[in-house]
Amino acid sequence: MVNYIIRRIGYALILLVLVSFVSFAIIELPPGDFLTQKIEQLRARGDRSAEQQVETLRKRYGLDKPFLERYVNWAVNFLRGDFGESFEFERPVSEILGARLGYTIILAIATTVVTWALAIPLGVYSAVKQYSIGDQIVSVISFIGLGMPGFLLALIILYIAVIVFNQDAIGLFSPEYRDAPWSVGKVLDLLSRLWIPALISAVTGIGGLVRIMRGNLLDTLGQPFVEAARARGLRNRTVIWKHAVRIAINPLVTILGSDVFPSIVVGSSLVAIVLNLPTIGPVFVDSLRKLDMYLAGTCIVFLTLMLLIGNLVADLLLAWVDPRIRLE
Amino acid sequence: MTLTAQETAPTTTDGREVLLEVQDLKVEFNIRGGVIKAVDGLTFDIKRGQTVGIIGESGCGKSVTARAILRMVPKPGRITGGRILYYRRPRHPKPGQPQDLQVIDLTTVDPDGELIRQIRGGEIAMIFQEPMSSLTPVYTAGTHINEAVSLHRLLPLKKLGDQMAETIMAYRHVTREEAREIAVQMLRRVGIPKPEQRVDSYPHQLSGGQRQRVMIAIALSTEPSMLIADEPTTALDVSIEAQILDIMRELQRTANMAIMFITHNLGVIASMAEEIVVMYMGKQVERAKVVDLFYNPKHPYTKALLQSVPRLGPKTGQRLASIEGMVPDPLNLPTGCVFHPRCPAFMPGKCDKIVPRWNQVGENHWARCLLYEE
Ligand SMILES: Nc1ncnc2c1ncn2[C@@H]1O[C@H](COP(=O)(O)OP(=O)(O)OP(=O)(O)O)[C@@H](O)[C@H]1O
Ligand SMILES: [Mg+2]
Repeated sequence: MVNYIIRRIGYALILLVLVSFVSFAIIELPPGDFLTQKIEQLRARGDRSAEQQVETLRKRYGLDKPFLERYVNWAVNFLRGDFGESFEFERPVSEILGARLGYTIILAIATTVVTWALAIPLGVYSAVKQYSIGDQIVSVISFIGLGMPGFLLALIILYIAVIVFNQDAIGLFSPEYRDAPWSVGKVLDLLSRLWIPALISAVTGIGGLVRIMRGNLLDTLGQPFVEAARARGLRNRTVIWKHAVRIAINPLVTILGSDVFPSIVVGSSLVAIVLNLPTIGPVFVDSLRKLDMYLAGTCIVFLTLMLLIGNLVADLLLAWVDPRIRLE
Repeated sequence: MTLTAQETAPTTTDGREVLLEVQDLKVEFNIRGGVIKAVDGLTFDIKRGQTVGIIGESGCGKSVTARAILRMVPKPGRITGGRILYYRRPRHPKPGQPQDLQVIDLTTVDPDGELIRQIRGGEIAMIFQEPMSSLTPVYTAGTHINEAVSLHRLLPLKKLGDQMAETIMAYRHVTREEAREIAVQMLRRVGIPKPEQRVDSYPHQLSGGQRQRVMIAIALSTEPSMLIADEPTTALDVSIEAQILDIMRELQRTANMAIMFITHNLGVIASMAEEIVVMYMGKQVERAKVVDLFYNPKHPYTKALLQSVPRLGPKTGQRLASIEGMVPDPLNLPTGCVFHPRCPAFMPGKCDKIVPRWNQVGENHWARCLLYEE
């Protein structure tokens, strides 16, 4: 078991290095870099000292060095906790991301809780009452959720909130609390608004989960051990939850791990952009667009890291909930 | 629904009490292509402590009959006729409740209700056809037994110095420790080595034979009045089959439990059952004491079945060899006697026109065949 974990971590590290290298390369792929754009700007303004300014900047960021050296430099600094500086914000990447990390985590957790708290019972209901009206309604809704992009739903909800209810749904705080220090009121305000983005992400995430849960449970309900449990005289509810759902839910554990951890870094970026949420997602998308390579690179590395952690956690969870799975 | 409460159940000449009486049972599956009459007019009874065998080819309705008794016929299926009378002796009589024999028509009981749940597993236990997958993979053998025991086993609540032990009417559920104790005992009784350790084994850690023993242990842990064993040994190899049959016989003797033993295997049934019901395409074609059936079969189908058993050699564990002709489509049953297209004694103009009745052809011996009419 311990060996297995160590081996997994080893593989994860190798993968992480590869991903960081590839992402670094991809970030540099487009012709020019952030500074090329800057030079253009300065030139356009007719700034004489532009060339010189740019040269110093180039030196400072090491952009004059060969690619491999730049990568190694970046990677070594990264390990020391220095993720570089954002060109765009002209502040350390760690500061930018750090400020947004808290909200991103809160939102990721809220989304996960809402998604799972809705998806599992709906999937179970759908399977137990297969072909009933309720099942059909749930199926239609989950297909809509599957098919509709989150940002579209965000726009619709935004429209309804602003136009119909005349309430602003942008941001995680009401204006009066936005820059206020933390207080009970601020927490309540956060909670009262958190459900909107959480629900939006949940609705789009729920469709798939409901379908998977329904399908798994239908398969499981047809298994002999379910009938055998019923023949022991157990209540239907006990048979369904203790014997069928308990088995049908195992594969979903994998999804839990590989979904939640990455969403801590990026979440649903597009929804966050539409709703103007102070999470990492929008910054990440923006950094990619603007070739803000240290910021983008850091996001990608953390995203990969979370994905790897998520998968490892999912596997360990699965081994824990299902005695048939042995980790050697 | 309880029809009546009475003092005694019908008894046989040898004075044994009837436990379960199936009368003209009909079960149908309404599927897209039409109606499958999975069970069509089944009549037999089981006495306390008796073993009745049900045999017939695959698809003849054996498992459906078993499920009908427990009211567990799966969805498009429905009981469409007949009665299943269960003569119930309360095992844990409580003050203020009827203590004498109850007659319950199981076909009218709510299939999700409290009553049937008490009966299922507690009074009529069932072992299913698929031993390999009848245990929930994430629970240990002990957990399974525990589940049945804590639902159905009640212990008398003895007060210290109580003079009238017979009048004790209060019961309590078993505790966790007691349930575990019972689980270990049961595993030992069904011949599982090191039961103290095995009680904590998960299904995947057990062999097929062991899993089937665990199934038997679960079923018998509640001390039921009747066990329905649906081909309990078909999936196992012959030596393990023999051991399991021995265990069942042994436990039956000590607990006076009735068994409804379903099988394809004539060799097995000869060694287990007292009375045999032969089914063909949902119909009961013959019913007799085991000796009469083997030495003096009446129905051509039974005769064909017996001929298809290999005579030589000690291997009684073989499955039935096939009988001439094709098994008919259950949606398109032949007219008249359903067996006529395959019957060696086919009487043209008669068997394909007239539906045979259930004729008594000897003492305790019935057959559904036109050879024995008029
Ligand atoms: N869930 C179901 N849906 C539709 N038809 C069914 C269903 N279950 C059983 N049947 C039909 O009922 C008939 C009897 O089936 P049953 O399972 O009782 O056969 P069996 O005698 O137990 O056969 P085997 O020896 O193969 O177990 C079959 O014709 C089958 O097609
Ligand atoms: Mg069967």
